[in-house]
Amino acid sequence: MKPAIRIRNLNLHIHKHHILKNINVDIPANKLTVIIGPSGCGKTTLLKTLNRLTDLSSDIDISGQIFIGEEDILHTSRDITEIRKQMGLLAQRPFPLPMSIFNNVAFGLKIGGRKNKNILAKRVEYYLREVNLWEEVKDRLHQPASRLSIGQQQRLCLARGLAVDPKIILADEPTSALDPISTQAIEQKFAELKKNYTIVMVTHILRQARQIADYLIFMHMGEIIEHGPAQEILNNPKEEKTKMYLQGVFY
Amino acid sequence: MKWRKIEENLFRVLMFLATMLMGGVLILILIAIFKNGLPALTWEMLTQPPKGGYYFGREGGIANAILGSIYLSLGAVLCALVIALPVALFLNIHMKNHERWVHIIRFLMDTLWGIPSIVYGAFAFMVMIYLGMKASLLAGIITVALFILPIMIRSMDEVIKGVPEGLLEAGLSLGANRTEVAFKIFVRQCSTGLVTAILLSLGRAIGDAAAVIFTAGFSDRIPTSISQPAATLPLAIFFQLNSPIEEVKNRAYASAVVLTLIILIISTLSRYFSQKLKNH
Repeated sequence: MKPAIRIRNLNLHIHKHHILKNINVDIPANKLTVIIGPSGCGKTTLLKTLNRLTDLSSDIDISGQIFIGEEDILHTSRDITEIRKQMGLLAQRPFPLPMSIFNNVAFGLKIGGRKNKNILAKRVEYYLREVNLWEEVKDRLHQPASRLSIGQQQRLCLARGLAVDPKIILADEPTSALDPISTQAIEQKFAELKKNYTIVMVTHILRQARQIADYLIFMHMGEIIEHGPAQEILNNPKEEKTKMYLQGVFY
Repeated sequence: MKWRKIEENLFRVLMFLATMLMGGVLILILIAIFKNGLPALTWEMLTQPPKGGYYFGREGGIANAILGSIYLSLGAVLCALVIALPVALFLNIHMKNHERWVHIIRFLMDTLWGIPSIVYGAFAFMVMIYLGMKASLLAGIITVALFILPIMIRSMDEVIKGVPEGLLEAGLSLGANRTEVAFKIFVRQCSTGLVTAILLSLGRAIGDAAAVIFTAGFSDRIPTSISQPAATLPLAIFFQLNSPIEEVKNRAYASAVVLTLIILIISTLSRYFSQKLKNH
């Protein structure tokens, strides 16, 4: 199967610091790819480069190519919002929009031009069910989303991301702020979702990587040290640094 | 250990005294205004414009100045709002990747904030002479709007600056462009703080005398169009206080009571509404 994302010779500097060094990797379609590595190794930056949230930083210099399908998203003439819509983002902690639960999920749909109330209501219900949140919130859809618990908010954020019908889900340590039960809910959901979506997740929890990763990318100091099928790398790392990291010599 | 305790107590006392000083000054000002003003305050004063001999102690009131002040400050706040909100949002969202420019613009705004309002008045007066305009409510509104603009922009800017970047990223990831994120997400997120910024500017607008003295002029009549000159409360206070007649002086204090009450009502209402927004 063709890779969903192909990264070629990607280099990124912020304020003259070399953050990503010559990244070359293919991210397989309909698999869960996990990026691991110690703090500050550039994994979050790599993730944000994929949907060009790096556009928000000052003094940034990017070279190389990122192909999603046949399109190089770093050098495309297409509207950036169209590209971002292909990718749902789940952040380290949930940022519910300052509106009701219903409107959080409907926001992306409305922005995309869907105004029909019946269709909106159906879609919102569908995606809230998709993340197992419907039963918990169906009686208070019009209350502010900020009143939900953190775990519920994170599932809501996943639902609103899915609602714009992306092909790829980007997740940046999506469970780091969550309790064990919510963490499990998100992990299980990811395992189901990868049938239909390409998921790229950053994590620093090795247990999580072992449990759900299909494909693994290990980064250190801005470089990809090793990448490949998850079990291969976890059981049989080739590089010295990967071995040390997996043994917990550094975090 | 002992020294730290002495230090703690010393500073607690100093802070307490500083707070008391602040509160004390406010209370003294209120006492001075109300003691002299309340006896002179009549219904006629609130509802009538000045008649022939008002400034010599005869009948009439300051309805012209009350209405003038309200028209002028509300007009100025509306004009400023139309410019300030987009600027503040633009600085924090669209200019996110141009830190250096944002820094320069903030510095300029802070400089403008420090310029005394009489300078704005003089500048506007110069422009008015050049254009052949006469003193009018419109000229006053524009001048005061210019003068409160940096105040409003910077206080909105500070509020919007506090929004976590994750919310911007979330909005963009859902396919919204930056302008949609600004007006559909950030404005809602910051509504309480934005109301405070507007009120802060309104307070400055209604209390200012220097920017309007050349531009809005002064008139004993209640303005019926924006091309007529308009009176304002701070100027009415100034003129009456200059009088040698005791009765007129007391009317100045009564006018000050009215101005203080207007500001009190506005800030109470605003606090009430921003609290309501927060709980919503």
